[in-house]
Amino acid sequence: MRVLGQPDPRLRRRRRIGRLFHGLCFAATAVGVVFLLVLLIDVMIDGVAWLTPTFFTEFPSRIPARAGIKSALYGTVWLMGLVALVTFPLGVAAAIWLEEYAGKNWIQTVIQTNIANLAGVPSIVYGILGLAVFVRWMGAATGGRSVISGALTLSLLVLPTLIIAAQEAIRAVPSSIREASYGLGATKWQTVRHHVLPNALPGILTGTILALSRAIGETAPLIMIGALTFIAFVPDGPRDAFTALSIQIYNWASRPQDDFRHLAAAAILVLLLLLLSMNGLAIWLRNKYRKDW
Amino acid sequence: MRLAGLRARRKLRERAIGGLLFAAGATSILTTAGIVVVLLVESASFFRHVSIVEFLTGTTWTPLFRPQHFGVLPLVAGSFLVALIASVVALPLGLGAAIYLNEYAPNRARSILKPTLEILAGVPSVVYGYFALTFMTPILQHLVPGLSMFNALSAGIVVGIMILPLVASLSEDAMRAVPRALSEGSYALGATRWETALRVVTPAALSGIVASFILAISRAVGETMAVVLAAGMTPRLTLDPRESIETMTAYIVQVSLGDTQFGSIEYQSIFAVGLSLFAVTLVMNIFGRWFLKRFRQVYA
Repeated sequence: MRVLGQPDPRLRRRRRIGRLFHGLCFAATAVGVVFLLVLLIDVMIDGVAWLTPTFFTEFPSRIPARAGIKSALYGTVWLMGLVALVTFPLGVAAAIWLEEYAGKNWIQTVIQTNIANLAGVPSIVYGILGLAVFVRWMGAATGGRSVISGALTLSLLVLPTLIIAAQEAIRAVPSSIREASYGLGATKWQTVRHHVLPNALPGILTGTILALSRAIGETAPLIMIGALTFIAFVPDGPRDAFTALSIQIYNWASRPQDDFRHLAAAAILVLLLLLLSMNGLAIWLRNKYRKDW
Repeated sequence: MRLAGLRARRKLRERAIGGLLFAAGATSILTTAGIVVVLLVESASFFRHVSIVEFLTGTTWTPLFRPQHFGVLPLVAGSFLVALIASVVALPLGLGAAIYLNEYAPNRARSILKPTLEILAGVPSVVYGYFALTFMTPILQHLVPGLSMFNALSAGIVVGIMILPLVASLSEDAMRAVPRALSEGSYALGATRWETALRVVTPAALSGIVASFILAISRAVGETMAVVLAAGMTPRLTLDPRESIETMTAYIVQVSLGDTQFGSIEYQSIFAVGLSLFAVTLVMNIFGRWFLKRFRQVYA
């Protein structure tokens, strides 16, 4: 018999399960956060002591104490610059075409589906493409295993991400803006150029920065095109050989000696700092220019 | 007269710009065509030396020393072993995180947890590889007897953590799309929160959740640097997670690390393996998105 005022024992059980379930779901979320913290702390313990001024000004070396990331840093900056130069105009133009010019027809559907599929292709496959096309077939123009070959490979890799982000930014511009522009007699391109693009620009820039930050962490495609070599000079032009931060990290991490692993940790700290500041910049841009129409 | 000329010029310019923009959109088609052509052409020369049957059914993979064997199964098994371990980690945790974010998390917690998961997804895979090799493996060696220095277990676990944010965010999107009326109806019938979450919202969002699983597993199969650093380069047909194995991706990296001659059979073999990898991930991605579309409940 149930006594009034006493909760039903079955309900009590259901509530107990509820608390347990709540705890489990929280724990599942916490695992990711804790993992990230442990990873950061571990890398810091391993690497902070190796972040000396000479670490930034020296080239890689067989002697860990004299090794640095100068050539890797230059290589990464070169890659970032070239990837931005290639992907920004191409990605934005593709997004404009998909959103503003292409009607709902089969070409648009094919290209859109294709972009979604490309976004899911493993990065190493882009590396194979880059090796065959940019290093071998176009080797005479690109200089073979060069910065420009690496940058073009990474550009193809991040283009789908950038296009999708730019499309979202363009879609967020309300159609009343376009209609007002057409109403004043502007052509399609004038409308896009003077009204849609300026309003979508913060979103596009955010997407571009995030795409770039994906590019600079990529390692496998660069190894594929053959950037894993001992480079003790700074590239002078796009056709020069190069190394990059991510590659230097792999190179040091794959050696069994502790000192090299500490160098890898120090280089990881530099890379993560770069990524975090880029992400921070993207978030700041997003919040600063956020518009509620 | 001048006005007409102006109009004609303007029209011409508009057409030219439209054409340029279309060309930019079409580069994505060129990329896909490039991938397919490169993989097919180079694989074709590979399959002139090795029969497709031997490639697909052989259980020994020793292309870099004699006698050469080209059975891709050990590499495929390696990739799927890592993906399996990663799924054991990522699917329940990701689903749990999605339910927590959708049902329980107060706004403040959400605003911290979601960016944190985004950062977790943005950490480069070479960093995960370093962490697996220098932190996870030594710790796991105390817990798991017989764990080798390179092993599928710690590679699988870090790959699982890598794909967790993908599962969590796609599943949460699917749960968000379930209309409030459904969960409110459930509460009105006296269901508790967990009953609503597990028996109403989760089934209603199932197509999105399954799609997130498929896409995440495909990501795990294509994962490269974490596996290269932590799982080793020993092609072996095994299900033992303590041993060193080799995945399809790791083999491709291994060959390009050495100084293989362009045009040699070892060089061509990376295209055959790449083709297999591309085919597997493409089928999974297409299936995942088809599933999302086909079984999506439309709530009016």
